[in-house]
Amino acid sequence: MNDIAIEVRGLAKRFGDVQAVAEVDFAVRAGELFGFLGPNGAGKTTTINMLTGLARPDAGTVRIGGIDCTRNPRAAQHLIGVVPDESNLYPELTGFDNLCFCAALYGMAGGERRARAGELLEMFDLTAAAGRRFGGYSKGMKRRLTIAAGIIHRPPILFLDEPTTGIDVASARQVRRLIGELHEHGTTIFLTTHYIDEAERLCDRIAFIVAGRIVGVDLVANLVHPVRDKQVMLIACAPGAQDLVGELAEAFPALECTCPEPGSIRIEAREPIPVGPLVHFIEARGAEVSEARKIRPSLEDIFVRITGIGADAMRREKEKSGGKQ
Amino acid sequence: MKLWIAFWNIVAKDFRTYYLKPPNISWGLIFPFAWTGMFFIRSGRGLESIADILPGVIALSILFGTTSLLSVTVTFEKKNRSFERLLLAPIPLELLMLAKTGGAILFGVVNAFVPVAMAAFLVNPLRVDWLVFVPAVFLISVASTFLGLFIAVAVSEVFEAQTFSNFFRFPMIFLCGLFFPVSALPVFLRPLAYVLPLTYGADMLHGAIHGGNVMPFAVDLAALAGFCVVLFMVSLYNVRRRWIA
Ligand SMILES: Nc1ncnc2c1ncn2[C@@H]1O[C@H](COP(=O)(O)OP(=O)(O)OP(=O)(O)O)[C@@H](O)[C@H]1O
Ligand SMILES: [Mg+2]
Repeated sequence: MNDIAIEVRGLAKRFGDVQAVAEVDFAVRAGELFGFLGPNGAGKTTTINMLTGLARPDAGTVRIGGIDCTRNPRAAQHLIGVVPDESNLYPELTGFDNLCFCAALYGMAGGERRARAGELLEMFDLTAAAGRRFGGYSKGMKRRLTIAAGIIHRPPILFLDEPTTGIDVASARQVRRLIGELHEHGTTIFLTTHYIDEAERLCDRIAFIVAGRIVGVDLVANLVHPVRDKQVMLIACAPGAQDLVGELAEAFPALECTCPEPGSIRIEAREPIPVGPLVHFIEARGAEVSEARKIRPSLEDIFVRITGIGADAMRREKEKSGGKQ
Repeated sequence: MKLWIAFWNIVAKDFRTYYLKPPNISWGLIFPFAWTGMFFIRSGRGLESIADILPGVIALSILFGTTSLLSVTVTFEKKNRSFERLLLAPIPLELLMLAKTGGAILFGVVNAFVPVAMAAFLVNPLRVDWLVFVPAVFLISVASTFLGLFIAVAVSEVFEAQTFSNFFRFPMIFLCGLFFPVSALPVFLRPLAYVLPLTYGADMLHGAIHGGNVMPFAVDLAALAGFCVVLFMVSLYNVRRRWIA
């Protein structure tokens, strides 16, 4: 395979009056773990569908493993594995039979199929459930088997659409560990997520997508660098947090004060933040401080900076729409 | 070789999960029983009329058997997204759709022999020109399956597939010369008969069972084969246009 595993130029897709994806360009190097990070409806799944041959782009070119898929979206199917956001396995088949069937779709012979299925069931902690119908699996089990099915043929390029959404913390951690292992073994991974910390922890490079457009792409290290030396503190206080921001800025010129949402003040500084004097200052003005918390600057800050969308707002919206399976 | 593994496993999976399920098996048996019984009672002529109604019963068995299955193997799997799993696999679309229809074609052929077996039990001896009968059954099965495929990819809900197939199936019972010749139809309906594949299939079956065909077998064969190709190509086009959209 050549050095660039996925190359996308001018990709666009419209559904009725919704421009789901617009003018998207990026390239993913072979062996890279590339994160595609964005809020609900940003166009992540639509992009994956266009890259994996399930949707036809309105415009733009797609090259997967050097193969031009623009004319025939299914030209590179033998190079890719796909783990969709919702399971697409057969509810009436057992876990084992599902894996064997998927292996057969890639032309694997009987003995090899069974061996590989057994190996993956073991790897994903599903050996005990191998003989049960997939339809009766729990969400986390379903997700793990869906990932196993996606890598059954050891694809050099893997697409993962929100692999940890809607499953519990332990399952999510296990899934992340498995993604890390695949990455170590050289698989190129295209991962969509709306969990910023997940992207930061796993990915080499990240693209932020909002409303169908990429608003920033860079190495995680480069993205984190400008905020790494920053001190950030979040103060929850009521009432009148908004009005206090101006006064605080005047009284503490070294601090950068903002009001990200009603009832909370965000302080940023290059040097240690004087917590005591700050709290005194706020309480002296009749507001009650319920919490003052130091936060580690992260991709979240960058995300907010370049998209203008609060990560909490993004998560809330996601939870409202329900973890999908 | 590798594609063959994929092809065979798709067919085998459909057989295991859909075709060999008790409801389908009993349907395959009850249907010909019901039709044979109904016409037997209705005609009131006794056992000698069985050879006259047998072609119609066979054709309907195949038509209903195959078309109802496609709404499950295709429309239902599209709806619950497992069809995506197939679209993601490195299998040419033509082969994939042949695999999804292969099981139904086989099921149609097997269904056709149920009424034949019943008739052989009742009429002794049942004289059938197998050289005409076998290709006829096979082509009717392929054409009906592809009609089912055409319907299955044109809709997005299973119930739509059922309703839409009835739109084709029920008129075919009367228009295709199954139980009375096309010439007995009102003149303005006759052209309609000739744009339906079953007319040609039924004609062959009449020929094979009691020598009552009205068109040369070559015409029947060519027409049936033509319907098969056109229905399959249109279905493929629809999958490319609507499902990889
Ligand atoms: N088949 C479709 N028909 C109509 N609109 C669609 C279709 N698929 C996606 N859209 C619209 O395109 C936009 C992008 O959707 P997409 O599913 O790609 O977002 P996403 O980033 O994957 O979101 P989520 O985090 O909720 O999975 C949304 O506005 C969505 O409503
Ligand atoms: Mg999505």
